[in-house]
Amino acid sequence: METFFQNLLNGIALGAIYALIALGYTMVYGILKLINFAHGDVFMLGSFVGFYAGGWAGRLLEGKGGVANASWFTFSVILVVSMVVCAAFGYLCERIAYRPLRDAPRIASLITAIGISFFLEYGGQFVFGPDPKFFPRLLEKKIFNFAGVTTTSYQLIVLVVALIFLVALQFIVYGTKFGRAMRAVSFNFETASLMGIPTDRVISLTFVLGSALAAVGGMLWGLTYAKIDPLMGLMPGLKAFVAAVLGGIGSVPGAAVGGLIIGVVDSFVGGSQFSTYRDGIAFLILILILLFKPSGLFGRTTTEKV
Amino acid sequence: MGPAAQPSGSGSRQRWWIRDAIGLAVVIILLAIVSSTIERIPIPGMAYYFRIIVLAGINVILAVSLNIINGHAGQFSLGHAGFMAVGAYTSAFFTFFYFNPYLIAHGGDSSPVLQNALFLVALLIGGLAAAVAGYIVGIPSLRLRGDYLAVVTLGFGEIIRVIVLNIDKVGAARGLAGIPNWSSFFWVYFFAWLTAFVSFRLVRSKIGRAFFSVREDEIAAEAMGINTTRYKVQAFVLGSFFAGIAGGLLAHYLAYLNPSMFTFIRSIEVVVMVVLGGMGSISGAVIAAIGLTFLLEQLRNVKDWLHLSSDPRMVIYALLLIGLMLTRRQGILGRKEIWDVMPRRKDVIPEKPDEEGEGKLDDTSGPPVQ
Repeated sequence: METFFQNLLNGIALGAIYALIALGYTMVYGILKLINFAHGDVFMLGSFVGFYAGGWAGRLLEGKGGVANASWFTFSVILVVSMVVCAAFGYLCERIAYRPLRDAPRIASLITAIGISFFLEYGGQFVFGPDPKFFPRLLEKKIFNFAGVTTTSYQLIVLVVALIFLVALQFIVYGTKFGRAMRAVSFNFETASLMGIPTDRVISLTFVLGSALAAVGGMLWGLTYAKIDPLMGLMPGLKAFVAAVLGGIGSVPGAAVGGLIIGVVDSFVGGSQFSTYRDGIAFLILILILLFKPSGLFGRTTTEKV
Repeated sequence: MGPAAQPSGSGSRQRWWIRDAIGLAVVIILLAIVSSTIERIPIPGMAYYFRIIVLAGINVILAVSLNIINGHAGQFSLGHAGFMAVGAYTSAFFTFFYFNPYLIAHGGDSSPVLQNALFLVALLIGGLAAAVAGYIVGIPSLRLRGDYLAVVTLGFGEIIRVIVLNIDKVGAARGLAGIPNWSSFFWVYFFAWLTAFVSFRLVRSKIGRAFFSVREDEIAAEAMGINTTRYKVQAFVLGSFFAGIAGGLLAHYLAYLNPSMFTFIRSIEVVVMVVLGGMGSISGAVIAAIGLTFLLEQLRNVKDWLHLSSDPRMVIYALLLIGLMLTRRQGILGRKEIWDVMPRRKDVIPEKPDEEGEGKLDDTSGPPVQ
């Protein structure tokens, strides 16, 4: 029973990170019908920016006890730096690589996305080096124990930070003018542009938002799992995509729920005797959903028109 | 230029079979001559080039077979590495555990004919196993289109890899070492030729035309009475059969297998070959497969030229990929074959420029290039 709750807790913390990445997939797919394969690697970039910014902050704070004593303030600053860098990268990707291909067949953009993904992965190996790096301990790590279930302050931070950003995004999408524009573009691109919605700007901002959220995910991943490497975005990226499909692509609460489900399943399989099947199980879920409920849990069904 | 252009009398049909038989004989004789001489060409580092030539041949099989699924039938598969893994592991399983021990027990390696016959059987078993896998993967393609199909095939490919990773009999994560080294230049290029040949014949057959109709407009094809489901599954089965053969050839060339050789990055490499050559162009797939294999090898030298500490090969590859999509997304040849773009006789009616479809979501052909 203790193992069960332990796995559940670890799964929820992992799922919160998947949810943050899944949001980027779901927003971009909802608007452009593009599987942004590079999104998982933007998550990696977020982690690495955090790593280098953390090292830099550590040198700045040398006299004051180093980065180990860093405060919430330092963490927030580094988080914002990482978000800004990733958002800028997301914006550039959209401008340089995806926008010229918007009227092209979808496979062209898909291959471009794969190209950007390769560029980040192998560029990361080239620039950062292929060996794993150890993420600085930006915040104090406390270990709590409730009736045999161990949790760290990091896991709680992951949950709180992820929740804040999810609520913020929910507000942006459903409570602001930009969010309404975004939903309109996602509903019907051409009609939205005829109604005077600046579709290009909406799409750019969607990429900016999604990439910033991926950066948050990357920072939280670095904090909890400590080890980061240039290929780390591959599997979490694919699993987050599965989460987005599971929740119903285009839906913010769907991505959150899907992320949590995938995280919990991942954690349970990883903690069981079938742990070597861990990477296969997410895809099995994906195939089953697509076969039996392609619209996902919260998605809207679309009918094909002739 | 094809059989469809000829009157279908019994006489011409008979001549076709003769022509195919002669073609097959010529290919076999040519390959036999080349394979017996190529290794002795006195170029420094020939062993290295020979290896690349063989690997290029395997890539040709992969690219041409994926082109059947992606280019002709218009289904977007990202799981080719998975089918390749099925073929590789199945054929290696038979040669490693049964055929090779049998050969050794019955007089060692003294019988090249028997050895090659057994190898052929193992390859075909591998191909059939991959075809069965392709059939199973083809089923979801009944319901899914475009991106979703791509992701599902990717998922299947990864699932196959994870399953192999858990079969201890074939080495699991350690890999399977000591597979008999039976692949040869001859076999690789024989199957490369066969794949291309079947592909060309397919395009000119009823099945090929059905593939095209599914690719161009599935709903319209269905309305015309074409059993789209059946043809989509056929494309998957055929494509994976040859992928399985390629896997078997690779396994018996490297004499080693590891599940990490069949990640989805491998699938993407094959997709890139098909897209680079031009989706739906068989000769394009051949050219792109050979070209990319050599290019990727040559890019290894960039590190030395620029005196870099780490290898920028894959970064350049990624940039080339993005650049290609931005500048020439229909690939080198688009949907044409190499002889369609070569200078031609004037009395042939040129193809209509608007033949290359537009608007279809999952194809690469843009507007015709002048």
